[in-house]
Amino acid sequence: MTIAVRTLDDGAWISVNDSRQVSVSDVWTLSHGVFCECEPAYVLLEGFFGVDVSGSIVVADTVGRCLECGTQDSIDRLPVGRIVDGEFKPYGPEGVQSIVEPNPQPE
Amino acid sequence: MPSDVEEWKEELYGTDIRAEIERFAEEGWDAIPDDEHDAWFERFKWYGLYHQRAGQESYFMMRIGPPGGVLEPGQFREIVEIADDFSRGPAENPVFGNGWLDVTTRQAIQLHWIRLEDVPEIFDRLESVGLSTVQACGDSWRNIVGCPVAGKDKHEHVDAGALADELHDTFKKNEAHSNLPRKWKVSVTGCDEGCGQGDINDLAFEPARKEIDGETVTGYNVRVGGGLSRNEPRLARDIDVFATPEQAVDVAGGISALFRDNGDREDRYNARIKFLVDEWGPEKLRETLQEEYVDFELETAGEDLRESYSYNAGEADGKHDHVGVHEQADGDYYVGLNVLVGRIGVDEGYELADAAEEHGSGEVRLTQRQNIIFTDVPEENLEELRSEPVLDHYSPEPHPFQRGSIACTGTEFCSLSIVETKNRQVRYARWLVDNVELPEGVENFHIHLSGCTASCAQPQIADVSLRGMKTRKDGEPVEALDIGLGGGLGEDPQFASWIAERVPADEVPGAIANLLENFAEARDSEAQSFREFVAERDDEALAELIEPEETGYEDPFMHNTKRTWYPYAEEDDMDASPAPAQADGTPIPSDD
Repeated sequence: MTIAVRTLDDGAWISVNDSRQVSVSDVWTLSHGVFCECEPAYVLLEGFFGVDVSGSIVVADTVGRCLECGTQDSIDRLPVGRIVDGEFKPYGPEGVQSIVEPNPQPE
Repeated sequence: MPSDVEEWKEELYGTDIRAEIERFAEEGWDAIPDDEHDAWFERFKWYGLYHQRAGQESYFMMRIGPPGGVLEPGQFREIVEIADDFSRGPAENPVFGNGWLDVTTRQAIQLHWIRLEDVPEIFDRLESVGLSTVQACGDSWRNIVGCPVAGKDKHEHVDAGALADELHDTFKKNEAHSNLPRKWKVSVTGCDEGCGQGDINDLAFEPARKEIDGETVTGYNVRVGGGLSRNEPRLARDIDVFATPEQAVDVAGGISALFRDNGDREDRYNARIKFLVDEWGPEKLRETLQEEYVDFELETAGEDLRESYSYNAGEADGKHDHVGVHEQADGDYYVGLNVLVGRIGVDEGYELADAAEEHGSGEVRLTQRQNIIFTDVPEENLEELRSEPVLDHYSPEPHPFQRGSIACTGTEFCSLSIVETKNRQVRYARWLVDNVELPEGVENFHIHLSGCTASCAQPQIADVSLRGMKTRKDGEPVEALDIGLGGGLGEDPQFASWIAERVPADEVPGAIANLLENFAEARDSEAQSFREFVAERDDEALAELIEPEETGYEDPFMHNTKRTWYPYAEEDDMDASPAPAQADGTPIPSDD
């Protein structure tokens, strides 16, 4: 089944199958070293600039800021949810996240 | 690879969208195929319709863009009537009630809670008085901004209103300029006060003088590539072109076409012309314009007439806005009224329309400071106008904290915003009026609150710049603001530096109070403006002057307002949302 994913409205949303699913302005909890040295890092997502499906996981490229140390940076491939039986199940921003490595490219 | 948006635009865009809107309106919300929502909502923007945020599905924001902010007699009243009839939500706003219109920083008006089924009737009513929503949003020529008192002003070098109208008439519904890589914001300034704010626009016409064939001609110098959004603010850059009023439309068309052909259509975040100017430099842009997009020899830039620019400039001298009673060139007066955060309730809208008709010409003009102006008020009517009860609230003599407040839409409706803005800014202004004394001689003090880095409230050009953020307080994420200082337009514009970051929203009024107290104590003299004071200090020294603290100010919006369907609803959980809804407001059950 084809899953349509895209960013919408100047990067305000991740849209999955034409439904706005993941919003900027939530605070995500990221594990140590993924974003900055804070443990854990509480990172406000300020905008999405890319989205992809990695297996069943929907991953987003985003810009965020750590609420403790103030680090502002981009985050590549942040898992924001997964596809189960063709439906998107979002991850809660409160759960500690790490980053998904890209799938190996087929030769 | 072109973005999805480019593919959708390629399939159908511009005036062809109208028939589709009419079809969906006739058939109802459900007629929009589920798997085409993203494409259609993107296209609807071209007709000024913006789908509201999650939790408010099936409701739209509608934007109406009168060039230069000029609403001719009868037009303001029609908008109030439309708001009364159609702009009603399923819940009340505790400050503004239910039914209002928002004056924006681009001299437009926004209505919320619009249902698709009502759109054709609204379009008809707007068109019946000569108004339109065409290209108010989307990738094209947005509302053309300019001096709101053009044609009336005593401070005018050249009539910016005439050019704004000409550009509007030429480039709205113009197929060759309908589909640009990104939004296209144009400003025309003709006065010596700089109220067109050209420096923060994609394309700016700025008043200038040049000797051509032995004659002094007053026209425009051209600047390109300004803008505030996305942490990438740019001032428009001088491309060394002077345009006579007769040449200006051709020059504008040439630059718009250059952007159409050369802007980045693969990456929307790199698409604005400010990034093309970064890449090319002003010289290459000028060369390309000359060689490929105009068929006459471009004049080099003339003498700038910006030396007394005072609008949003934060200096001690000059007019900072249009609020108050001011004489026009013809001996009548214009009266600028303060609209706190730009929002006008429907009932008061009728009273304002009555007052404008009774005491002036009925014309109502909109400013980039979210205020309104009545024009053509004879001197003998001034006293009666000022005694109108509605002017108690929409005052020509507001307190500086109210006069200086601007706020964007915020999480009430906007997808991008991180924090609640309008109600919060009203509360800030009230608290500051009641609790903080302005230092001696300070009559203007601008505080702009923008919910995110899109910068719709133009935070980077205020005395105190506020930008939506989050922080953690007592272990919980709460709404917060970054505080910036040092911004302002004027002859030498400058953007604010972000001095204090992630200040909890309930500590911001205390921070402003302390900052002003420290300013009053430390400034050189009473003649020194706040902007001058800030310019003398580095960021570190300024940071010490901002001392955030809790005060008697209470903030009811510290929670994640974006996670509600409507921040002020009694039951505000997303699950309690009545959207999407049928045309009569009946919720449409989900398929689950």
